[in-house]
Amino acid sequence: MIKVEKLVKSFHGQPVLRGVDLEVPQGSITIIIGRSGGGKSVFLKHLIGLLRPDSGRVVIDGTDVTHLEGGELDRIRQRYGVVFQGGALFDSQTCGENVAFPLREKTRLSGREVAQRVEASLAQVGLEGVGRKYPAEISGGMRKRVAIALALVTEPQIVFFDEPTTGLDPILVNSIHHLIRDLHRRHGFTAIMVSHEIPEIFEIADTVAMLHEGRIVEHGPPDAIQRSANPVVQQFIRGEPEGH
Amino acid sequence: MPDPAPSAALRPVEALGDWTISIIASLGRFLTFFLRALGSLVTPPFKFNVFVDRVDYIGFRSLLIILLTGAFTGMVLGLQIFLTLSRFGSEAFLGPAVALSLIRELGPVLAALMITGRAGSALTAELGIMRITEQIDALEVMALSPFRYLVVPSILAGLVTFPLMTALFDVIGILGGYLVGVKLLGLSAGTYFGEMQTFVDMRDIMTGFWKSVLFGVVVTWVATYKGFHVGHGAEGVARATTQAVVLASVLILMWDYFLGSVLP
Ligand SMILES: Nc1ncnc2c1ncn2[C@@H]1O[C@H](COP(=O)(O)OP(=O)(O)OP(=O)(O)O)[C@@H](O)[C@H]1O
Ligand SMILES: [Mg+2]
Repeated sequence: MIKVEKLVKSFHGQPVLRGVDLEVPQGSITIIIGRSGGGKSVFLKHLIGLLRPDSGRVVIDGTDVTHLEGGELDRIRQRYGVVFQGGALFDSQTCGENVAFPLREKTRLSGREVAQRVEASLAQVGLEGVGRKYPAEISGGMRKRVAIALALVTEPQIVFFDEPTTGLDPILVNSIHHLIRDLHRRHGFTAIMVSHEIPEIFEIADTVAMLHEGRIVEHGPPDAIQRSANPVVQQFIRGEPEGH
Repeated sequence: MPDPAPSAALRPVEALGDWTISIIASLGRFLTFFLRALGSLVTPPFKFNVFVDRVDYIGFRSLLIILLTGAFTGMVLGLQIFLTLSRFGSEAFLGPAVALSLIRELGPVLAALMITGRAGSALTAELGIMRITEQIDALEVMALSPFRYLVVPSILAGLVTFPLMTALFDVIGILGGYLVGVKLLGLSAGTYFGEMQTFVDMRDIMTGFWKSVLFGVVVTWVATYKGFHVGHGAEGVARATTQAVVLASVLILMWDYFLGSVLP
């Protein structure tokens, strides 16, 4: 279980997170929604230890990871898979080498086993045969899918997705969502996902949390969110312009 | 408004204080960066294949520019020193004069400046782009230390390639001096090389060697540090690249003077 308590962060005196509280039960899919620029990526980066909060803490399975460093932090990170908002593929390596990278560096699998798992992982996201291409040679949507294959290839226990489907066509959005749900059923990982795909996310989320002005203003199962009486939430999920 | 008069008077002092603090803070970061690199150097595993790749990147791909600048530097030296020496009728010392200038000073400094321009800037830009596109963050969350994969191999490659490139620069430069002094201006080859052997000793060569080793570390250290600490966007990368080249060049010349005065 991931537990976030009163997380506060500002950049150059500009508050971004003003006290975020959130609990993510083990094995669930939690989706975070909120305005662009509202601090969702910043929040995720606190969970994976890339940013340190001004105050507050992050507890994972009973361990306070907020101030872990070095080997201890690495041990927690072994269990993570992360899909960055921009994909963050190594552009000096082919897509196949990218996906193979954590396996080569972190496991003792033989070359053939690595190749098999890479191919299977790419096939899962519908990208058979792109292994030889460089990230710069494929479309933005394909890069996102390679990033997903890369994040999942090590079979992590906790997966963080930062907008894995933004910029994909509706068919791909659905197929990625199905993929995440299928993999989730099979591997039972805990997933925290930032997404703007409303209403599609209501089909795969166990919990939806809305981040607004640095706090979680609403948090619950999808149907509760959809019926929420909070005007901010209603406005957001209906996509109404501000002031209505 | 709480009394503005004293604060206005103190503003320059305050600015100076802020400036001093920020300088000391960045010096601290710069040093810590190197210590962290040292830390991942002494703990296994060592990424040998990345190191080889960096040797290629910093050294091998700088070959052409080193050959070109080395040859012309030697030719310029040959011509100018010959003209000067002929006023005293001591052209015979052209060989040692060219060799000593190259081996003690110009070889290490010019080779380092050339590699800074070619490979140091590219290294900063590459790491800077990796930083702003979150590739460095990605390494970190895979629990793979970016220091181990990006910084240590580059600094070690600098350490190994700078002396090699400097030696090459020296040799080519001496041949350039030979071309001008002997082939063009008519000095005898025996005098050129013979006097060189008499006057150049191991101490001179070691001075040049230690300089080049130090420059190799300084340049790659500055380049990787600046790449790691870029600001935002393409502009941030551009600025970091410029700063890396300027800072590395200044440090090369400063250290050259300093080492020149302490080394024998
Ligand atoms: N490293 C940083 N330094 C300074 N400010 C930052 C940094 N990272 C993020 N911010 C600021 O924090 C705010 C939140 O950014 P964040 O990327 O988390 O937004 P987001 O909710 O993920 O938006 P989007 O949906 O567009 O991805 C922004 O105003 C951004 O300028
Ligand atoms: Mg974001």
